[in-house]
Amino acid sequence: MKNPVAIVGWGETALGVVPGVTPLELTVQASLAALKDVGLQRQDVDGLVSCNSLVQPIMYHAEATAEYAGLNPRHCLTVGTGGGTTYTAVRHAAAAIAEGLADTVVVVMADSMRSFMTREQAMVVQASAGHPAYEQPYGPTVPAYYALIARAHMDSFATSEAQFAEAMVSSRAWSALNPRAQYRDRVTVDDVLASRPIADPLKLLDCSIVSDGGAAIVMTSAERAADLCEQPVYLLGFGEGHAYEHVSQAQDLTCSAAVQSGQAAYRQANVGPADIDLAQLYDCFSPALLIQLEDLGFCAKGEGGEFLQSGATQPGGTLPVNTHGGMLSHCHPGNPGALFGLTEAIQQIRGTAEQRQLAKVDRVLLHAQGGIMSSHATLIVGSSQ
Amino acid sequence: MTDRQPTRVAAQQTPLSQPYFDGCNVGELRIQICPGCQHGQFYPRLLCARCGCEELAWQSASGKGKIATYTVVRRALSKAYEAPYVIALVDLDEGVRMMSQVINVNPDTVASGQRVTVCFQQWSEDQAMPVFTLDEQS
Ligand SMILES: [Zn+2]
Repeated sequence: MKNPVAIVGWGETALGVVPGVTPLELTVQASLAALKDVGLQRQDVDGLVSCNSLVQPIMYHAEATAEYAGLNPRHCLTVGTGGGTTYTAVRHAAAAIAEGLADTVVVVMADSMRSFMTREQAMVVQASAGHPAYEQPYGPTVPAYYALIARAHMDSFATSEAQFAEAMVSSRAWSALNPRAQYRDRVTVDDVLASRPIADPLKLLDCSIVSDGGAAIVMTSAERAADLCEQPVYLLGFGEGHAYEHVSQAQDLTCSAAVQSGQAAYRQANVGPADIDLAQLYDCFSPALLIQLEDLGFCAKGEGGEFLQSGATQPGGTLPVNTHGGMLSHCHPGNPGALFGLTEAIQQIRGTAEQRQLAKVDRVLLHAQGGIMSSHATLIVGSSQ
Repeated sequence: MTDRQPTRVAAQQTPLSQPYFDGCNVGELRIQICPGCQHGQFYPRLLCARCGCEELAWQSASGKGKIATYTVVRRALSKAYEAPYVIALVDLDEGVRMMSQVINVNPDTVASGQRVTVCFQQWSEDQAMPVFTLDEQS
């Protein structure tokens, strides 16, 4: 990247069920934790990028966060969605630093879907993924949209429900090693298959969890980063892919714009799938994870099920995936979900991931998507430039 | 005391989509056809998303098609929807894809590729919506 940028600090709030703290307070807590991690003061922050809360939205969310925390940023931006937008927001922060809009940017996302969401909001969230005229009336739930994609993959590639189930098995194999994960009990394929049917072929344990919590990172120029922390995490590549918004408009149900997104990121970072030591992927539902493994080039199209079954993504495997536990087990407060993939990547690159620590972590690929495999962003970060 | 009947989600309608929803109320599934490139389009738009032509014509579709993919919803969206129900993406013979429900069917017998035909179900007091039933499978 021109004018290289690095991540120098990270922070997280209490995760899981956090009923006593508002989403805005979680946003502030995550920001302060990230500043403390790098040893910067509140007055050092001159850029703030935040993601709005679904359950307690604020029109100028970043500004409200700055007001509450006593920050004085000269650059503020509020993004409205998580998913792939999480990494697009990180890329935007890098551009803001490169352009001189700000020198020290906090990117923060937090929400309280578990403790603060009303029944009406839950309905709105369920319905909001669909087209208000041509999809929503038929009563699809969010899992149902992903189930349409899962079924198409089963039809095209003979993928089995047991193979989808491996996503949760892998997630729990990692989260069992992470004391901060919301769910840590190991599960078997049979446990997943026996869990409550939600939208065929998806069952409860094919679906991500609902959490409270937040995360933040501190970004600055690569030049400054070396003076601020021992192990900066450098942004090496970024890509996007946007194929459609509504799943009924998808040209291809089993191959997503993660292909374009990933290829652009690999090209910019000058690496390929074989160079990736850790992949932090968007596991909102098991088929989403399986398709990303294919579309990002970690296995051939149609072989995602076998790849998961091989144990490659689990501890000791050839491609560790979501070592924190991902959104299937670790923490998924809604929009902020993907940012925990990045805070985990920072810990892995620093060598501070405790029981989950991988032997060698020089290159990490992070991918997130929003909508129904609609809008994709890929970020590649590394221990060196 | 009267129980308020839970209502299903009503389709958001606009002047542009009026011919479509009016069609549903008279038993016609209307789609837009582009006179420029012959592209059939669903959902209705201001322009042909393929060639940009803004003079789109409405055509009554055959209402016949096949299931591209489907799911059986076991946990309903709300009390207004009675699980299990089948949601499908249907490829109409005219070459457009739409989301709908497949009704009057044992959900466990539905499969991708099955032929379906449109029918119209009263969704609210003043609006019918297109849904599909399975053709007799050969
Ligand atoms: Zn046209």
